[in-house]
Amino acid sequence: MRDVARNLLWPFAAVAILMAFNALRDPAFLHLRLVDGRLTGAMIDVLNQGAPVMLLALGMSLVIGTGGIDLSVGAIMAVAGAAAAAMLHSGASSASAVGAALAVGAAAGLWNGSLVALLGIPPIVATLIFMVAGRGVAQLITDGEIITIAPDAAILAIGRGSLFGVPLPVLTALSAAGALAALARLTSLGLFIEGVGGNEEASRYAGLSVRSIRIAAYSIMGLLAALAGLIDAADIAAADANNCGLYLELDAILAVVIGGTALTGGRFSIAGSLLGAVLIQTLSTTILRADFGGRSVPVELNLIIKAAVVLALCLVQSGEWRRLCRPIRSAAA
Amino acid sequence: MRVVLSRHWPLLATAAVFLVLYSGAAATLAGFFSWFQFTRLFADSATLGLAAVGMTFVILSGGIDLSVGAVIACSSMLLALLAGESGWPLWLAAPTVLAAGGAFGAGMGGLIHAFRLPPFLVTLAGMFLARGTALLLSPDKRIELGSHEAIRSLSMLHAADFTLPALALLGAVALAAAVLRWTRFGRTVYAIGSDESAARLMGLSVGATRLGVYAISGLCAAAGGIIHVIGTQAGDASVAFLLELDAIAAVVIGGTVLAGGRGSVVGTLLGVLILAIITTIPGYLSDLNSWWTRLIIGALLLLFVALQRLSQRWHEQ
Repeated sequence: MRDVARNLLWPFAAVAILMAFNALRDPAFLHLRLVDGRLTGAMIDVLNQGAPVMLLALGMSLVIGTGGIDLSVGAIMAVAGAAAAAMLHSGASSASAVGAALAVGAAAGLWNGSLVALLGIPPIVATLIFMVAGRGVAQLITDGEIITIAPDAAILAIGRGSLFGVPLPVLTALSAAGALAALARLTSLGLFIEGVGGNEEASRYAGLSVRSIRIAAYSIMGLLAALAGLIDAADIAAADANNCGLYLELDAILAVVIGGTALTGGRFSIAGSLLGAVLIQTLSTTILRADFGGRSVPVELNLIIKAAVVLALCLVQSGEWRRLCRPIRSAAA
Repeated sequence: MRVVLSRHWPLLATAAVFLVLYSGAAATLAGFFSWFQFTRLFADSATLGLAAVGMTFVILSGGIDLSVGAVIACSSMLLALLAGESGWPLWLAAPTVLAAGGAFGAGMGGLIHAFRLPPFLVTLAGMFLARGTALLLSPDKRIELGSHEAIRSLSMLHAADFTLPALALLGAVALAAAVLRWTRFGRTVYAIGSDESAARLMGLSVGATRLGVYAISGLCAAAGGIIHVIGTQAGDASVAFLLELDAIAAVVIGGTVLAGGRGSVVGTLLGVLILAIITTIPGYLSDLNSWWTRLIIGALLLLFVALQRLSQRWHEQ
């Protein structure tokens, strides 16, 4: 438990510092108002825009927990969004379009999981295949065009609606996190996943079905990526096979690493990944809002700061770095 | 014969796929079977090919480099900036860009080795860093070099219809093949990829070699950026977006094992040419949509990865 608290401390402090920075520059950042029965404010926007990455990071923590990685989540988002928009376009109801998108996402995850678990292909390569081919599938579904969704379609509520004043994407991400935490920690699934990632052979001797646990992790990932794709498509009321979810696999992996989950597997933290996703979005929002001496900061700076964050986190997590720092720490004490 | 088959069959499989694709395209597409189109395959894929040559070194050593596309973009911007706006002579600007690319790669390799960091994350950070720098170098994200005499005359250079980009690719492949086969460094790359601790116990310099591998990848990507400037007369900050995926795909289709230790740069060249044929075909067929190419590349990738697994199991038995 102390371990979890220590891992969450850094990302939590980072979010708090960024929030404080924004609030000092512009006190309106902290304001929350009810407009037409819907909470609005910069902090709600952060959560709302961060919802897709939150969903991806949740699934990614399971996959990374098994010692794997999923590069195809952006492509799965694009395929799921394309499937939903194409269903609506051909006259299907919003409910069946959502069902189709989720089914497509789960199927893509099943495919990835099968390549990894049954054929024994390294996860980077196995999911690279769908990352390359997935956008082709999405363009095949949309016929290479951007399919728009009618402005009165019920499906748009997934990206734009709200319940009890809270935007639906935020509620979706939070309830997915709750459901996943329950699934992982109240049942033995979480333990099994950590077992497979920590020591595959020992898990097998302990009687675990390593293959089905792996496949389950990738399938859940696919399902959550499809949900993120639906939110994205509903938000812009269109399925864009080229740009939906582009680069988000990297943000999701980054969020998981920020949350204290090691890429080597064997351990994962759902709360940490959620916090990591919030940190990434807070960082982007801060850079977008910040200006120095009347000059606005170029958005591209975001990429460079992200690079610095990745490197700093890698270093802090590495044993060699800690060994280097030990003499300094003992001198200070 | 059996030795040749058992040792080189991944390369032979790649060569077979290349021949089938090439002769298939030559038989069905009017105008495809010509010396000019053949040389075009090399010229069109020069930037990707150079990056893939560098990637071959990295993957052979058991690593991965996600930064090459961004380094290509950043190098093209840097060259356009130095040779264009700053007015440096090309003989000074081009080596500076190459050195910058090599140093960038060496920096990543150093971090990976010194702190035992996962190559995936370090080069991901490198990708963000290089892409961000490229976009920040010019507010227009693009630097045109329309009136640059030296670069224009370089773009006209050719031998036997091979343009300078195509010649650069061929030269890089030949040089890389020689280095991998005949130098101590090259053999160490294979040794690290097969079994790092064994290589260390044998007294091989693992750290310097790892540094060198990523430096070569950065150098090759920078060369790709220079080639891009020569080909388009402009530096472009958004070019080569996610090109690292195609480079990895070309290396894998070329028969190099992703776990490292086995493969060849000649295979990578064949892999690059296979990708070039697949992306050229839609230009001949108006009714074939270009997104089919993504699907076909994915399918080929799957085929070769599955073949690798089969051969691995066969070796283990």
